[in-house]
Amino acid sequence: MLQAVITAQHRPANVTVTGNTAEYGQVSSTAGRKALILGKVVLVTGVARHLGGRFVRRILRDPEVDRVVAVDAVAPEHHLGGAEFVRADIRQPTIARLLAEHSVDTVVHMDVTGTPLGSGSRTSVKETNVIGTMQLLGACQKSPTVKRLVVKSSTNVYGSAPRDPAVFTETTPPKSLPSGGFAKDTVEVEGYVRGFARRRPDVAVCVLRFANILGPGADTPLAAYFSLPVLPTVLGYDPRLQFVHEDDVIDVLRIASHEPERGTLNSGTFNIAGDGVLLLSQCARRLGRPTVPLLMPTITWVGSALRTVGMTDFSPEQLRLLTHGRVVATNQMRETLGYRPKFSTAEAFADFARSRGPGLLPPEALAGAVDRIAALPALGGGHPPTQSAD
Amino acid sequence: MADAKVIPFDDDRSRGSAAQRPPRRRSAGSRRKGEPAAVREVQPLPARTIQQDDVPVTREEPAADSDAVEKPRDDGWERRLAGGLSFLRRRLTGDYEVDDFGYDQELTEQVLMSLVRPLYEKYFRVEVKGVENIPAEGGALIVANHSGTLPLDGLMMQVAVHDNHPANRHLRLLAADLVFMLPVVNELARKAGHTLACAEDAERLLQRGELVGVMPEGFKGIGKPFGERYKLQRFGRGGFVSTALRQGTPIIPCSIVGAEEIYPMIGNAKTLARLLGFPYFPITPTFPWLGPLGAVPLPTKWTIQFGEPIPTDGYPPEAAEDPMLMFNLTDQVREQIQHTLYKLLVQRRSVFF
Repeated sequence: MLQAVITAQHRPANVTVTGNTAEYGQVSSTAGRKALILGKVVLVTGVARHLGGRFVRRILRDPEVDRVVAVDAVAPEHHLGGAEFVRADIRQPTIARLLAEHSVDTVVHMDVTGTPLGSGSRTSVKETNVIGTMQLLGACQKSPTVKRLVVKSSTNVYGSAPRDPAVFTETTPPKSLPSGGFAKDTVEVEGYVRGFARRRPDVAVCVLRFANILGPGADTPLAAYFSLPVLPTVLGYDPRLQFVHEDDVIDVLRIASHEPERGTLNSGTFNIAGDGVLLLSQCARRLGRPTVPLLMPTITWVGSALRTVGMTDFSPEQLRLLTHGRVVATNQMRETLGYRPKFSTAEAFADFARSRGPGLLPPEALAGAVDRIAALPALGGGHPPTQSAD
Repeated sequence: MADAKVIPFDDDRSRGSAAQRPPRRRSAGSRRKGEPAAVREVQPLPARTIQQDDVPVTREEPAADSDAVEKPRDDGWERRLAGGLSFLRRRLTGDYEVDDFGYDQELTEQVLMSLVRPLYEKYFRVEVKGVENIPAEGGALIVANHSGTLPLDGLMMQVAVHDNHPANRHLRLLAADLVFMLPVVNELARKAGHTLACAEDAERLLQRGELVGVMPEGFKGIGKPFGERYKLQRFGRGGFVSTALRQGTPIIPCSIVGAEEIYPMIGNAKTLARLLGFPYFPITPTFPWLGPLGAVPLPTKWTIQFGEPIPTDGYPPEAAEDPMLMFNLTDQVREQIQHTLYKLLVQRRSVFF
């Protein structure tokens, strides 16, 4: 048996396990033992997505992590930096076998998403979100090795309503529960996770509610919205938005999937967002994209028209976000989780804006135009106002 | 010199103890004439709408004041233009800050306040008393009566605090959820620093040391018939007291006289209100009969009096859970406001002067 362990160590790192059960059995018994000796085995779901891939590559570099098992239903287009990719659908019970065979001790569930990857329907996304989470949690409950569960959730669970308080804390009950779509999925996912945490109190469970994730490579619905040449907005509403940068998302996921540092606690529910708030009108101006305020009924038509063209998907919860906005309190993230985001909301947005290229009304051009007016000799100018420096 | 006409009109009125009225904005021209009597009466306050931070807020010698206005006459225009252009530049490029509640200080100070100020100064001629009861810093909860069919009293109170307080404090009003459901209105309310009247928001603001304004009567107060004017309605469930107790911030009672008569509500079209989703649909002698013209408020003379602060920091932490104490404090605040209202009404010479 000892020999087997040693041979396992010399195994090439990126063995792609396909689905052969006989092979599985052999690998697992050795790998499990190895994990006990050497370090952590992390299972990450949803790795075919940009963010999942980044997280896998990053966590592989952590010294305390021995192996990373990357799971998704489709093969990722990006490389996974030597993690073992297992093509498995989390909606199937195979996930339980995977946990057992690799003696996984940390599960990072990132396969809770709003948009289908490539060509998929909303139904399949919902199934992956809800049924997939149920299967994964069921598997975790059976597994004696799992010690830590991290779930990527979203601040969508709070919904957006005019009757809500301006700032949501982790304990604020939503005034109107999301009625459908991704927001409802996250509410249900969190419900199952709470049930799991009750049944397995020995497992440290961390639910991370991320605000809108932005970054150079973000592929969220909001990023798609901000990439439109002209931004349709809801007439008479200027929602407050909060963003979190991809880099911060990766760092927070890492903190949550390791042992907590001294004086911090990384189990529980945390809002994750950058400091500060941007209004939608501010975002549009900083992006340099003109806005078209539309009446509420018209928005639905425009939304379906855009959907037909395939440009973006105005889902109801996104529409609500763009009407009423959402801001969360991040005291828990700072004080309990001990994390300070590197990017504020404005900085995360600026980084995103840089990656998108100039819009139709670049802010620099507008600023230049104002400066030229200020410099007109007729206005007593000639010297530009000092304020133009900033 | 359209402004010159206004000065004798102001002097007509007995100013009594408080010469707190702010100077008329954009009236540098009339003050240049050097009428010491008129100048002494007005308190020098940040006068320029664009650059407000450089003006001393304390009472100055009248002579010094008129000098100060005289000198920058020429380049004041230029500076104002440059300030305006840099403001425009910041707005166009989105280079400004809003807080978590969506409060846009720059927009409020330079645009929204300037829009309401003519109404405050010229139309309702608001007289402010007891502004020294508002602390210079730290959280405080201003509790006021609510009336007038449309919540103009809140806006006037906001301008009153900002323009009269030596530290130019901003009042953060707590507004009904209806405000945040209406398009355009919700956008402006958030930018002006208002937020939803709920314990969470109020506590968060007080914790940050903001001055919070609340009108606990709510729709019962603002939508009451004309016959019940200046009779305080029930103060909700007294939630504002427990909020103040939890944060240990003083409660400042505030009485507003004059707002009741701006739209004398003689009837309430309940069916129409239900149809439109509003808490009441006012029928006044002019509205809806005269159409939009009926929505013009009557030019009443207003008085806003801030009362002595009621401290809440002497209580143990569990006091916020004590219903008896809460009722007592609520009653104390309510009585004080009602009492001041009667006092101000007795002093008032006429509704319009």
